[in-house]
Amino acid sequence: MTTHYLVLSALLFAIGGVGVLVRRNAIVVFMCVELMLNACNLAFVTFARQNGNLDGQIIAFFVMIVAAAEVVIGLAIIVTIFRTRRSASVDDASLLKY
Amino acid sequence: MGESITFWVLAVVSVSAALGLVFSRRAVYSALMLGVVMFSLAVLYAVQDAPFLAAVQIIVYTGAVMMLFLFVLMLVGVDSSDSLVETIKGQRFWAILAGLAFAALLGLGIGNAVMPAPKGLAAANQAGNVPSLAELIFTRHVFAFEVTSALLITAALGAMVLAHRERSEPKATQKDLSRARFVRFGQLGRNPGPLPGPGTYARHNAIDMPALLPDGSVSPLSVNRVVARYEAAEGTLPPEVERILQEEAVSERANGHGARPLDEEDGK
Amino acid sequence: MEPAEIIQHSGGVIGASWLMIALPLLGAAVLLLGGRRTDKFGHLLGVAMSVASFVVAALAFIQLLGFAPGERRRGVELYDLIPGIAKVGLLIDPLSISFCLLITFVGSLIHIYSIGYMAHDPARRRFFAYLNLFVAAMLVLVLADNYLGLYVGWEGVGLASYLLIGFWQHKPTAATAAKKAFIVNRVGDFGLAIGLFTIFATFHSLSYQGVAEGIAKGGSIPFTAIGLLLLLGACGKSAQLPLQSWLLDAMEGPTPVSALIHAATMVTAGVYLVVRSGPIFQATDTAQLVVTIVGVATLLAGAIIGTAKDDIKKALAGSTMSQIGYMMLAAGIGPAGYAFAIAHLITHGFFKADMFLGAGSVMHAMNDEVNMRKYGGLRKVMPITFVTFLIGYLAIIGFPLLSGYFTKDGIIETAMEHNAILGWLAVLGAGITGFYMSRLVFMTFFGKKRWEDDAHPHESPAVMTWPLIILSIGAVVLGAFLVLGNRFMIFLSPAVGQPEELPSFHPFSTTGLATLALVAVGAVFAWMRYGSAEVPVVAPRGSFLTAFARRDLYGDALNEALLMRPGQWLTRLAVFFDNRGVDGLVNSLAALIGGSSGRLRRIQTGYVRSYALSIFVGAAVLVGAWFVVGNL
Repeated sequence: MTTHYLVLSALLFAIGGVGVLVRRNAIVVFMCVELMLNACNLAFVTFARQNGNLDGQIIAFFVMIVAAAEVVIGLAIIVTIFRTRRSASVDDASLLKY
Repeated sequence: MGESITFWVLAVVSVSAALGLVFSRRAVYSALMLGVVMFSLAVLYAVQDAPFLAAVQIIVYTGAVMMLFLFVLMLVGVDSSDSLVETIKGQRFWAILAGLAFAALLGLGIGNAVMPAPKGLAAANQAGNVPSLAELIFTRHVFAFEVTSALLITAALGAMVLAHRERSEPKATQKDLSRARFVRFGQLGRNPGPLPGPGTYARHNAIDMPALLPDGSVSPLSVNRVVARYEAAEGTLPPEVERILQEEAVSERANGHGARPLDEEDGK
Repeated sequence: MEPAEIIQHSGGVIGASWLMIALPLLGAAVLLLGGRRTDKFGHLLGVAMSVASFVVAALAFIQLLGFAPGERRRGVELYDLIPGIAKVGLLIDPLSISFCLLITFVGSLIHIYSIGYMAHDPARRRFFAYLNLFVAAMLVLVLADNYLGLYVGWEGVGLASYLLIGFWQHKPTAATAAKKAFIVNRVGDFGLAIGLFTIFATFHSLSYQGVAEGIAKGGSIPFTAIGLLLLLGACGKSAQLPLQSWLLDAMEGPTPVSALIHAATMVTAGVYLVVRSGPIFQATDTAQLVVTIVGVATLLAGAIIGTAKDDIKKALAGSTMSQIGYMMLAAGIGPAGYAFAIAHLITHGFFKADMFLGAGSVMHAMNDEVNMRKYGGLRKVMPITFVTFLIGYLAIIGFPLLSGYFTKDGIIETAMEHNAILGWLAVLGAGITGFYMSRLVFMTFFGKKRWEDDAHPHESPAVMTWPLIILSIGAVVLGAFLVLGNRFMIFLSPAVGQPEELPSFHPFSTTGLATLALVAVGAVFAWMRYGSAEVPVVAPRGSFLTAFARRDLYGDALNEALLMRPGQWLTRLAVFFDNRGVDGLVNSLAALIGGSSGRLRRIQTGYVRSYALSIFVGAAVLVGAWFVVGNL
């Protein structure tokens, strides 16, 4: 079963990655990042069972904490950018270029 | 056997939900799809002897994080329509190619790996999953745990700092707002009174129904731009309404006022 | 007989002989640094310093005569420049004191003459400053007891020569001539410098004493190389073939400069160098042979150039070349020739300075006209100039009993004994000398007046004629005084050695008679062409040979074709290589980097998603790589 869980995790991770790359709405991009984090968590939990200790679950737990903090800050940044630029598109914030 | 069924069902659900997340046009749908994925994963955690994480997944992710997402989505405005037309040349092609390659390679790697039978967490969870986790967190990982508390406090502070806006001019009083309304009336001829509420002379009391004038025609002033955006796109709005909506949009763009939801102090 | 040992000396006039150099140097410094404040007395100060220098030289000469002949080489140590390697010292010996007397005496006369000649020049003070500078540098050259000091003086006189040729720098011809002189001299000086390096590398000393000791010690010494390199230096300074081209153009300078620097003193420095380096040259037949060949070639070339020039100063300059060629010839022969070389140098210094100053006097009277075709019949209006010039003329063509008769015939006799071919060529040169000097005199002082309308010739003031008179007296008596009884040869012998048997003077030797006959033929021919016949005011086209001589034997054309053109091509090639090759490489590298950067920076689109894509692709590649590596 472990293999199945891991393949699912890889699939979700890849889908999240593609989402980050193709979507322009900052919030959706952010959701995709969360999806990738969740995919990782699934792998950790799976490995915890595979190896018979709880370290994987602990790490998943910490990932959740960090993800929560990251969501708070990330959304605050999106709101701030939106407030000044009137846009939530990541392509609009492209002044730092050649 | 039970686990297999659960896995396959949830795998199909979560992958399709993830695809939906990526490819749905509306951000709200994406958020809901994400909720589905997270919920599925919570079940999978539970199946894999991680009841605590399953609970946390539901509470933290599906509960807090998803709500935060939806809240911000509302704040930013659902009317910032998200076109799926790609503007960067080759971005979509290469992104999907890279994603497929990544998934294929990772899957190949995992499939090639020879996994022994899982050891199972029966031994580790002997004292119960939560107490065992707690023991580890407060012994071996206590330092990391303490650090996460600092991280969370910093994040909360950071969010406040980022979201806070320093007032650069005194808050407009009722008097000022009233004056401004009449100035606008004098200059632009805009009605200083309140906008007609929806449903006046209406047969429906829903928000998406425009107010009707005494002669039975639609009052353009009562049409919500956000609500009517799909009709505007499809061209099914009455011409009079469309004209007024366009004028409004043009004047707002000229005045630098964008979507309304964040402009609490705009006085409208 | 070998040269005598050098005895260290202190005290007396000889001990204070550095004053000879210091006084004119002081004069130059005061005049150059003092600026306009010294305008009023500048010329007087210059003359005073030069005369004072002569007085010191004369006193030193008298003191030197007080010593026994074997003790007449006195070294005066001044300063230990680089301990163990280079000392600054003076060498007072018969050779150097002869030069000192010539330089300071003729120099003083020319200083005095210049008071009159330059009276109307606004920059007269600067002129005297340069003259003093020249005298000081020339004395450094001859008084130094080592090659390093000689080199310092050598470059010093080069500088003074450059400054004085270009004294009227507002004239482009003068400025160009100055540069030409400087550059041509650079070639010679380069050879001299390498010669000195070789000397130092061989003997580990640059002093004459050290070189003499090194030769006495023996061992393998590259005499020929050193000799030829020194000869190259001498050729540059003394306008010998192939570095002769600058001297004719150097006549752009004021006439006193031509007289002092480019006739009497500086141009003879090459002869001094060869004689002073006698120990080196006597050890190598090759170098000596080359010296004599250069001398003969130059004496003929100078004489031929002299026949065709209408410019009085250029004709005299050709004559100078020719006469220095005689000295070189004698100097190349060895101890038998040294005395004649130096004796001719001294008498030539007198009579050539006399004639140059006479030419200056004529120019002064003729509104600075130098074309002899516009002179004629001047003997009546300028009697003193005419008589003194005539004496100089008779002296140079070797009229019996005058200076040139003794010294030049001495050289010819010596050369004849040494090598008959060289001897007969020298005789031929004497014949041509007779022709071109007669031509010059006849065109200038005889015949009809061919003056420009505004010319009002008059005799020059006394300050200009007295030096002429004194110089012409020297031109009459010096030759007989020096040569009869081998007086000068014996006097010089402590410094340069002397041949085993002293030559005896035969007034009616075959060679002497042949020389006289040829000179007479030349003079008569000149009289027929330029004395009795009408001289056309505009120079006729003449034959190919005339054009050949007028163009300085195509020396400039040769230099241009052989050195200047290839040099220009080389420069153009270098410029081309620099522009296309070096710059091209650098520029194309810069363009490559700039261009590729310009394209590469397009990667920085500003779109976060592009960056994320590259990260993601990178991650995929990493996974692939890990997969491949892990499966190996």
